[in-house]
Amino acid sequence: MMQVEKIRQEFPELGEQVYGKPLVYLDNAATSQRPRSVIRKWTEMSERRNANLHRAVHRIADLATTEYEATRDAVRAYLNAEYREEIIFTSGATASINLVAFSFGEAFVREGDEILVSEAEHHSDIVPWQMLCQRKGAVLKVLPVDDSGRLCTEQLPALLTPRTKLLCVAHISNVLGIVNPVKEIVNICHSNNCKVLVDGAQGIVHQRVDVRELGCDFYVFSGHKVYAAPGTGVLYGRRELLEQMPPYMGGGEMIGTVRWTGTTYAPLPQKFEAGTQNIAGTPTLRLALEMAAQMRESGAEQELDRVKSFLFKQLQDNPKIRLYGVPDSLEQKIPLFSFSVEHCHHEDLALILDKMGIAVRSGQMCAEPLMDRFGVTGMLRVSLAPYNTMAEAEYFMESLARAVKMLEG
Amino acid sequence: MKTLQEIQAEVVEDFSMYDEWLDKYEYLIDLGRRLEPFPEELKTEDRLIKGCQSRVWLDTTVEGERLFFRADSDAIITKGIISLLVGVYSGRTAREIAEDDFSFVERLGLRENLSPTRANGLASMIATIRETARKHC
Repeated sequence: MMQVEKIRQEFPELGEQVYGKPLVYLDNAATSQRPRSVIRKWTEMSERRNANLHRAVHRIADLATTEYEATRDAVRAYLNAEYREEIIFTSGATASINLVAFSFGEAFVREGDEILVSEAEHHSDIVPWQMLCQRKGAVLKVLPVDDSGRLCTEQLPALLTPRTKLLCVAHISNVLGIVNPVKEIVNICHSNNCKVLVDGAQGIVHQRVDVRELGCDFYVFSGHKVYAAPGTGVLYGRRELLEQMPPYMGGGEMIGTVRWTGTTYAPLPQKFEAGTQNIAGTPTLRLALEMAAQMRESGAEQELDRVKSFLFKQLQDNPKIRLYGVPDSLEQKIPLFSFSVEHCHHEDLALILDKMGIAVRSGQMCAEPLMDRFGVTGMLRVSLAPYNTMAEAEYFMESLARAVKMLEG
Repeated sequence: MKTLQEIQAEVVEDFSMYDEWLDKYEYLIDLGRRLEPFPEELKTEDRLIKGCQSRVWLDTTVEGERLFFRADSDAIITKGIISLLVGVYSGRTAREIAEDDFSFVERLGLRENLSPTRANGLASMIATIRETARKHC
């Protein structure tokens, strides 16, 4: 318990008040709060390390470039990737996926080929593939989830054909909060010669990610959901594939030589990092991932498990509440709960909870096809981080009951 | 007949009686419950203003120079705000509405409910009311 209080001190936003009440921040799956170490690095990069990367010989440029490249090494180590040039910095998971959709698409996808995505994907892992399929005359196919929110992996072998080039799946759905069996999925896909992209936007926060153990070909995530500065992100891609893929954007340091007769490209990773990079933001990734690891290893993790079990039981046992994403065992679920309450609109609940100081998410959660799948126009979602406390969870449940009472009249 | 500005001032005054947010919401929920029922057959795609949060349906009829609005939502607080808006603007002349600066919406202090984001259909509803009025001037 003491441990969590100590962690909370590191996140200034958590000390804020809203409408005169202490902020209870339960919208971590949308964006997480940032620790002082990240804010300090972000400021330092602006105050003492601000120069463009890779291109100048002066002192400040060297310091900035060193920070930036040290971050690449740190991310490589964190993900246990084999080579540092397999780590591409982007502006976020969405940008990473769009990069793959374009460059992998150009290299490997032809008319009549197939891309397979899970039904529980975020729009960012759906729309770029629709765009690719439109561009190439390829076909988008869907791997369904069952009523409990479990991915129907048993249907995967039947859905894969010799024309399936890529399967795209979230490590953990941002709506259902269930950890998908990525390793098993990768094995099935690889034995069918199909590559796998994993959207790790939620996975990187709640799991220890080892890309070599998972075996996936691409793993993407955003910095801002894992305590780093916004506008930062990572694309991990297997070197062998990245080398065969053409650049996504042109300009900046992605070039080898530029002539009117033609241009050659820089080697990895610069080939995919066109234009001026997020000089101040990207170095915060190193501090943010350190914080994530620290919190996982501290006592905060056990405390969070207790809070998760409490919320799960409270929500599951309430006959008025329909919970989406109910796994066989709670171990497969992160502390993220999407649900709806009988006769109560999610927007009304979110507005009332907001005035009680509680930040939750309501709406379609950037997953309209999944809303259709469950026959709803939206849901309410609470998502926790290791800095959330049991007291906050209890206050949330009390407040929810009060909000429901107001709406029931 | 009271002027548009007079009615707006009354609505703002009524609403400002509530200091606490939850009391404001209780009031809006009550208004929402008492909103004139919106005919189901009018809940068509072209009357629907779709948002990420709640859905809003708006129906407009024109009688001479006056515009009449009916609206509905699937969320009750939004419905309460609809009740305020319809109460103020329905039955007014197109010219009155077109010349109004809609600052009364700000004075209600419901900014997060009415901000022009994708999240909520209310901002679009207001825009539609203004546009319709301009077209009928």
